[in-house]
Amino acid sequence: MDSGVALLTIFILSIFVGFEVVSKVSTVLHTPLMSGANAIHGIVLVGAILVTGNADTTLPLVLGLIAIVLATINLVGGFAVTDRMLEMFKPKKAPKADSQEASK
Amino acid sequence: MTSIFSPGGIAAGGVVGDVPVWAQLVDLFVAICFVLALKGLSGPKTARNGNMLGAAGALIAVVTLFFAHPGMKNLPLILGAMAIGIVVGYPAARRVQMTAMPQLVALFNGVGGGAAALVSVIEFLDAGMTESKGVLAATVFTVIVGSVSFTGSILTFLKLQEAITTRPILIPGGQYLTSLVGAAALVFAVWLVVTPAIWILVVLLVLSALLGLLLVMPVGGADVPIIISLLNAFTGLSVAASGYVLGNVLLIVAGTLVGASGTLLTKEMAKAMGRPLTNTMFGAFKAQTASAGTGGGEDRPVKSAGPEDVAIMLGYANKVIIVPGYGLAVAQAQHQIRELVDLLNERGIEVDYAIHPVAGRMPGHMNVLLAEANVPYEQLKEMDEINPEFSSTDVVMVVGANDVVNPAAKSDPSAPIYGMPILDVADAEQVVFLKRSMRPGFAGIENEILFDPKTTMLFGDAKESLTKVVTAVKAM
Repeated sequence: MDSGVALLTIFILSIFVGFEVVSKVSTVLHTPLMSGANAIHGIVLVGAILVTGNADTTLPLVLGLIAIVLATINLVGGFAVTDRMLEMFKPKKAPKADSQEASK
Repeated sequence: MTSIFSPGGIAAGGVVGDVPVWAQLVDLFVAICFVLALKGLSGPKTARNGNMLGAAGALIAVVTLFFAHPGMKNLPLILGAMAIGIVVGYPAARRVQMTAMPQLVALFNGVGGGAAALVSVIEFLDAGMTESKGVLAATVFTVIVGSVSFTGSILTFLKLQEAITTRPILIPGGQYLTSLVGAAALVFAVWLVVTPAIWILVVLLVLSALLGLLLVMPVGGADVPIIISLLNAFTGLSVAASGYVLGNVLLIVAGTLVGASGTLLTKEMAKAMGRPLTNTMFGAFKAQTASAGTGGGEDRPVKSAGPEDVAIMLGYANKVIIVPGYGLAVAQAQHQIRELVDLLNERGIEVDYAIHPVAGRMPGHMNVLLAEANVPYEQLKEMDEINPEFSSTDVVMVVGANDVVNPAAKSDPSAPIYGMPILDVADAEQVVFLKRSMRPGFAGIENEILFDPKTTMLFGDAKESLTKVVTAVKAM
């Protein structure tokens, strides 16, 4: 297969996977899911490192380093903030658990 | 030989062309991590692990990169730039107030889009003249969409931060200007693909950056979350296109996953708010928004009461529903509200929280805030579930919410929020509003329900008011 066509195939199939994996998400998780997806596209860091690692002249080097800083912020900050949103869902010891049970 | 579809890649003496097979397999593994991460994030029990898996995958991908390309140049500078990114991004994510989280996500999204655009620009500077038409098309796509996402997200950030007005910014003939800039960007994009030249790329960058601003400017407050989600999908797609430019499979898969899932998510959000996406982007909130209902305001009579009165109303009710909103979050009053609910529960009163899909600033935002205060998941009722129950409810207490209970969304076709599903608090016996002032909500429109005879206002900061109500209930 032409390598370009192979990439196109991967692209199209990924679209279907992307639709499929989030098709049953509840409203409650919209925000964390958006934030998590936001972190995942921070993987553009890989591309930024590759082009910077190949830069010979000043302009591409400077632009590349800026891209690395931006992409790292996206990647690291994205996963960290998503984790913070989600750590609130983890079950904690509720001191007044009895009264909550009674309310149901 | 190369076809028009030939992917990019720094072939001659470069670092991308000769990726070892083991590294390609690691990338496949990472791609699977990302798919499972998104899958995990879609369920409440698996969400946290899903996010961890995504982060682990990203870490593996980046570390692998350095081992797979031992001949990489500028290594110390690259590591230094990454260190700066970590030092900026991580503390920001850890320290941000949960209320300011939406704008932080917008900001992270914007810088990601900017990075994608830059990657394509650099690759173009390096090998632009010799790339296939397919790669050039992907390059212009990344540049346009990445730049739109960058400037659009920054503007969204400023709006949410309330550094600039949350109202729609309308300039005369704005729609025509936007179309014009969009069309011009398209012309230069095609031109660049046909005859690659650096100056055309620069013009394209400027036009795209301008387009991002023009697209987000007319978006009104309440629609901002939808825009964040949409720009998030945009960034995903531009990352995918930059992957094509570099011939990197991982970027294509990850970017496309985000693009596709983000698009679906955006549609879901728009549906939850009852606003078709095209309206959000182009109709926006019209100019009359600002003037709508200003005839009313402070001089109309409203019934206000003290915390003791509210405590009595609540304490002798059989069924209470709490409607939490952004005001509750800003005042950091989630712990007080929980204390109050626990007290009411002890008195045998049935209490539920009614969560509007976009309570707070983003779908699910309120759930996150209440979970922080250990409010049990089961007490949170979604809109469709709770709406039929208002008619059998004695007291509805609205804490720092406004637009999500505004009946204008149902009755007034000229209202900017018309069509958004709302919580039918007017069906209840009595309504108590905890608000700082009579100021309209984020969408900037008057709420008739505040003037309803069955409505009682308790003015003040939500946290202080609730603390007083809690004390008063305890004293009963």
